[in-house]
Amino acid sequence: MMQRKKSTSAYMRSQRKTALFFLLPNLIGFLLFVVYPVFRAALISLTNWNGFKQMDFVGFYNYGALFSDSTFRISLNNTLLYTIVTVPLSIAFGILMALLMNMKLPGIKVFRTIYFLPQITSMIAIGLVWSLVLAKYGPLNQILIALGNTNPPKWISSTKYALTSVEIVSIWRSMGYNAIILLAGLQGIDAVLYEAAKLDGANAFQSFLHVTIPMLSPTIFFCLVTQMISSFKVFDIIIAMTQGGPGRATNVLAYFVYNKSFVDSRFGYASAAAFIMFAIIMVFTAIQFRGQKKWVNY
Amino acid sequence: MKTKTLGNKILLVLILIILVALAAAMLFPFIWMVLGSFKPKDELFAVPMSLLPVRWKPSNYSDVFIKIPFAKYYVNTAKVAIFSTLGQVITCSLSAYAFAKLQFKGRDALFMLYLATMMIPYQVTMIPQYELIRNMGLLDSHLGLILLHCFSPFGVFLLRQFMLSIPDSFVEAARIEGASDTTILTRIVLPLSTSALATLVTLKFLDSWNDYTAPMIMLSSKMKYTLQLGLRTFQQEFGVEYTLILAGTTMSLIPILIIYIFAQNYFIEGIAAGGVKG
Repeated sequence: MMQRKKSTSAYMRSQRKTALFFLLPNLIGFLLFVVYPVFRAALISLTNWNGFKQMDFVGFYNYGALFSDSTFRISLNNTLLYTIVTVPLSIAFGILMALLMNMKLPGIKVFRTIYFLPQITSMIAIGLVWSLVLAKYGPLNQILIALGNTNPPKWISSTKYALTSVEIVSIWRSMGYNAIILLAGLQGIDAVLYEAAKLDGANAFQSFLHVTIPMLSPTIFFCLVTQMISSFKVFDIIIAMTQGGPGRATNVLAYFVYNKSFVDSRFGYASAAAFIMFAIIMVFTAIQFRGQKKWVNY
Repeated sequence: MKTKTLGNKILLVLILIILVALAAAMLFPFIWMVLGSFKPKDELFAVPMSLLPVRWKPSNYSDVFIKIPFAKYYVNTAKVAIFSTLGQVITCSLSAYAFAKLQFKGRDALFMLYLATMMIPYQVTMIPQYELIRNMGLLDSHLGLILLHCFSPFGVFLLRQFMLSIPDSFVEAARIEGASDTTILTRIVLPLSTSALATLVTLKFLDSWNDYTAPMIMLSSKMKYTLQLGLRTFQQEFGVEYTLILAGTTMSLIPILIIYIFAQNYFIEGIAAGGVKG
């Protein structure tokens, strides 16, 4: 008995050693490039670090200063607006696309390939091309003029439409992604449920409302959370299309952080803004997880 | 009964119209990009517009190589993407094996830590990462970029989830036979995980090919730029050379498109799984 216990613990010890050996390469990188930077950034956010020698402890000064910084407030506002517009619309279009792709039609897979195409394309490429599509005499405005709109919007060069332009491109890109995930959810719904709804006399719309939507709600919830997190972090598309402008019309949180750090060398200030961004993401995600009890059907 | 089939037919036509309209909306910018890249500059925004070039100008493509070191950007991007992907596959499969098939104290807590960090926005960690790379003397080098890309919690997560589905009895049987864990990993677990590995490879390659922020922060000399950085700089410097920008963008997309066509399922599954990452 004693003998056996001893050998088990020796076996455990050897497993522990192997585990450490296997974990180490990734763990070192993970601790160094992911975990340590979070603590380091928290420290930097309490200083006035300029990237070089100057690094005085300033307490929570940066956090306080951010809230009286009009550019920060505008970027926070724009990020929230962008999220409120793009998340629901890209999911709604995603549901529509998923329903269409769920039809049993020959060649339907071709549409899946096409709808997903923007998702594999770099945001920079998409931004460069779309900013030309949306140019004053670009194809979109020429189509609008042909359709009878005599005064089409100036899109990314107007303060009024710049954020809308970015939102359109963002929805255009992400709806195919949502559709693919939602399609998998749709295909997991038991056909028996539709049969039962039919027997109860439900029409197509009623069975969509009372069978499809509740059964799809966990997938919709997943899309909602992931889309929201990524829209709070929007950056590449802003760089490629508007650089935050015109004026501050499309300045968003991630762009603000980049600008304050690598352009203005105010790394402490930028880190504080990054932490506020992080906090917002956590709060909104937590709210989503709380709210899911009310509408998500597991 | 007759009206029903008629109704069904109308519905089917309606569905087809929406399907095609959505596909057209998805494809239009790409088609306009490719055709525009063959147009002379003055034709791109001509009124009335024509989708096809009136005079074809394929020299736009060679002009890109004259204006910027485009070939160099290609090589740089491929180099960073290949080594980052390779590094990820190695470090992540080792860790994933430990998390999925080995017993050790604190295993689940450590795994939770990996998961928790996936929510942290890049903006929080990018400044200290820049500082670290600078202190290592690796600023403005591809090695620095590759190092940053080599360790993702996401890769560990993806492979670990897959390896959990491989029965422990396979591993135990090999252990009784006297196989070491390295042998078990390389001879049994990895060959059984090819689909997860393929997903990770396509996803990481794509991520690294399309990455803009990290190269922008880390690289400063032009000859070291990656495609995304080069394209963006091209736009800043030659903003009015629209047709050349379109030609450059088209060329930057070709490798990814080719991989997408052949490995579509891995891309789609990988990105769908990557949703967790945001």
